[in-house]
Amino acid sequence: MRIRNDILIVGAGIAGMRAAIAAAEVSRELSIAILAKTYPIRCHSVCAEGGTAAVMREGDSFDLHAWDTIKGSDFLADQDAVEFFVREMPKEILRLDNWGCPWSRTEDGKIAQRPFGGHSFNRTVFAADRTGFHEVHTLYERMISYPNIVRFDEYFMTSLIIENDEVKGITAIDLRSGEIVLFEAKAVIMATGGAGRLFGFTTYSHQVTGDGLAVAYRAGVPLKDMEFFQFHPTGLIPSGILMTEACRGEGGYLKNKDGQRFMERYAPEKMELAPRDVVSRSMWTEIIEGRGFDSPYGPYIALDLTHLGEDRINERLPMIRDAAIKFAGVDPVEEPIPVRPVAHYTMGGIHANMYCETPIRGLYAAGEAACVSVHGANRLGSNSTAECLVFGRVAGERAAEYAMNKSYYPCTKAIEEEEKRIASLFKEKGDESAYQIKAKLNQTMDKNLWIFRDENGLIEAVKKIKELKERFKNVSITDKSKSFNTDLIFTIEVGYMLDLAEIVAIGALNRRESRGAHYRIDYPKRDDVNWLKHTLAYYTKDGPRFDYIPVTITKWEPVERRY
Amino acid sequence: MLKVVGMENKDKSNMGRDVIFRIKRFDGEKSYWSDFVVPAQKGMTVLEGLYYIKGTYDGSLSFRASCRMGICGSCAMKINDKPRLACETQILQLNSSKIKIEPLDNFRVLKDLITDFEGFFAKHEAVKPYLIRKDDNYAEPVELIQKPEELHAYYDFTLCIKCGACFSVCPAAATRDDYLGPAAMAAAYRFNIDTRDEGRDERMFMVCSDVGVWRCHFAAECSEVCPKNIEPAKAIQKLRFQAAVHMIKKALKRW
Repeated sequence: MRIRNDILIVGAGIAGMRAAIAAAEVSRELSIAILAKTYPIRCHSVCAEGGTAAVMREGDSFDLHAWDTIKGSDFLADQDAVEFFVREMPKEILRLDNWGCPWSRTEDGKIAQRPFGGHSFNRTVFAADRTGFHEVHTLYERMISYPNIVRFDEYFMTSLIIENDEVKGITAIDLRSGEIVLFEAKAVIMATGGAGRLFGFTTYSHQVTGDGLAVAYRAGVPLKDMEFFQFHPTGLIPSGILMTEACRGEGGYLKNKDGQRFMERYAPEKMELAPRDVVSRSMWTEIIEGRGFDSPYGPYIALDLTHLGEDRINERLPMIRDAAIKFAGVDPVEEPIPVRPVAHYTMGGIHANMYCETPIRGLYAAGEAACVSVHGANRLGSNSTAECLVFGRVAGERAAEYAMNKSYYPCTKAIEEEEKRIASLFKEKGDESAYQIKAKLNQTMDKNLWIFRDENGLIEAVKKIKELKERFKNVSITDKSKSFNTDLIFTIEVGYMLDLAEIVAIGALNRRESRGAHYRIDYPKRDDVNWLKHTLAYYTKDGPRFDYIPVTITKWEPVERRY
Repeated sequence: MLKVVGMENKDKSNMGRDVIFRIKRFDGEKSYWSDFVVPAQKGMTVLEGLYYIKGTYDGSLSFRASCRMGICGSCAMKINDKPRLACETQILQLNSSKIKIEPLDNFRVLKDLITDFEGFFAKHEAVKPYLIRKDDNYAEPVELIQKPEELHAYYDFTLCIKCGACFSVCPAAATRDDYLGPAAMAAAYRFNIDTRDEGRDERMFMVCSDVGVWRCHFAAECSEVCPKNIEPAKAIQKLRFQAAVHMIKKALKRW
C-alpha cells in the first residue's frame, strides 16, 4: 500500500506532536501525517518529570539561560542555536497554558517555577512531578482538534527513502495487519526520541530503541556527537525508574553511608544542584571508593527527602512518592530513597542545524532524535522538554514551508524490495536469540560505556559489539505470524541498537579528552585545542566513518567549569 | 494435563519462588492457554515476568508495554481476574502460585494480550477533550491566571492514562458497544470545570447524547479499578448534574 501526504512526522512524543500542530497552523490545506509505533500518549515523553526551563520572570534573562546551558554543555553546544532556543521558550510555556496544560501555580495564580540543576535562576516551569505527562496529553488533546492532522498509530518504521539527496518517504510495518506500507511525503520530520535502551540500567521506556537514528544513519544521514550519553544521578534501584531532579530542586539531599552530604566536596557552591554529569561522577566516585550503601541490588546512594515534610512531598513530588513506595517499598516521607546514576539521555542524534534541517533536502529532525546542538556534551535538566517544544515547532514550520513550495516527485522505490528484506529476516536455520544479544549488549554498555571510560574498556566494547553484530546475522524469529509480530519488531530494534552502539563506542574511543558526560580516566582533562568539535558518524558497510565539524561560538569563550 | 513450559529446567538456586503464569492466548483464529514458570524474586513485576517469558521461552507472546512506571497506560490487562497495570503489579504480592493473565474485557482481542483500542480513543476524541477558548491566539499566547484551588478542582481528573481498565469493567460498556465510557466522561468533566475553558456547551452535545452520561449505571466499578485513583464515577455524577442544567437551559431557550 502507498499512502501519500505533504508532511510525514515519525514519532509522536512532545517534539513530533508539537511539529504536527505547528505545520497545521501554517496551513490548514496541508495534509499532515504523524506516525509512531505506539499510540501518542504511550510515548516516552510522558516519563519526563521535573519541568521545562523558560525565562518568565524579572531577574532572569535570556543571556543567563543561554550561559547556564552553554556552561552546562561543557562548551560543545552551538551558541547561535542556544540563543535562539532560550528566546523562543517562554511562548511555548504560554501556548501550553492556553491549550490546557495544568501547570503548577503560585498563590496568585501565575505559572510557578522551581530550581533545577545547573540553572542559576528558578526557571523550571512544572506540573507537579508529571511535567512530561501533562505536556504530552495537552499536545495530544490540542492535536486532535486539527482536521488536517491524521494519525497512523502503531506503525513501525523500517527504512527512510532518500533519492538524489532528497527525502521521499519511509516504509513502515502496520503492526495490526503486518503489511509493509510506503509513506510518501514531500517533507519528513524525524522525532523518534533517543536510544536509551542501549543500556541495561536506564530510565528509558522499553520502546526507546533509537529507531529513527538508526534508520536515518543507514540511509546515509550522519549522526552527531553520539558518544555523549547522559547519566542521571538518581535512578531508583533496582528498576532504574527516574527519581526526578526536582527531588533535589525542592531541597532533597544526597548522602553517602556515613550520612555525609558528599557534594560539598565536589561542587561546594551548587551542591546537589550541580549539572548531572558532575553529580553522577561524584556519586559514582563515592560508590567506587566504598562509601555507598550495600543492597542485594548493588551499592547505592541515599536520596533524602525526609526533611521536606509530607505536605510538600505530596504537593510537589506525588508521583515520586508513589513510585518509590510501589517499586522500591520505600516511603520517601519516612526514609531516604535508594538511587544510583542511570542512563538517561542521548545528547547526540541526527545531524541538524538550528532550523532542524539535515543534510538531506526535505528531511528535518527535532527533539531528542536530533542533535542541533543545544545540549553539547551535557544537557541541563528541564532543557529537553523545552528543546522538544521549540524545535518541534521549528521543524513543523520549516517542513510546512518546504512542502508548500514543492511538487510531488513519485518515489521510485518499490515496496516489494522492502518486503523481501523484512522477509529475509525470517531465516530457516537461525540459532541466535535477539533477546540474548540485547542482554549482552546491555551488559557491555553498562560496563564499558558507563560514567568512567578508558581505552581498554572501549576497545573491548567495540570488539564485543562487532561480535554481537556477527551473531545477529544468524538471529532467529520464533513468531511467524503477521499481526502484531512483536518478536519481529524486537529483532529489528536490536539490529538498530547494535548499529548505534558501535557508533557510541568508536566515537568514545576516538575522543581522547573528557568533556561533559564523556569522561575518560586516561584523558581526564577537556582538550579545546584538539577536541572542541562535533563528531559526525557516517554509515559504511564496514562500520561508521567519522568526521568532525567546528562548534559555533558567538560570545562565550570556553572557560573552566566550576560549580 | 497442560505442558508447563520451563518446568524441566527450573533453577533451584533462585531466591524467591517459582510462579506459574497462566496466559490466555489468541493467534487471530483461536484462543488457548499457555503456562510458563517464572522465577519470581522480591520486587519483580508481572511485566518483567512477561518479558522473561518472551525472552526465554516464547518470542511470540505479545503484549503492549512501554514506560514500566505506570504513566504510559500501555500494559493494562486482567491479572487474577482484576484489571491492573502489569508494570506496577508485583508478582509475589499477588500471593498465588499460579497467576492468571488475560486481555482486558470489553475490548476486542487482536493477539494474545493486545486488544483493539481504536474505538476507545475515538470515544475520548468525541467529547472534545481539549481546552476551547474564544480568543485562541496561536501567535501571541498570554499567561492565564488560575488559582491553586481552581487547579486542584480538576487536577485529579487530568491524571487519566487511558489504560482502559475502567472501560473493561463498565457494565454499561458491556451491554452497549457505543457507550462513550468512564474515561471519556471524566475527560469531558475535566475540561468543563477548568476555569480557562469556554467550551462546555460544545462538549455537552456528546455528553448529553444517547451514548453519553445517561448510559452510566452507577456501578462505580470504574473507580474501583482505576490505577490512578481518579474516580471516573464521581466525574460522571457531577457531569450528570451539568448535563441536567444544560438540558434545562436548552429547553428554556427553545421555549
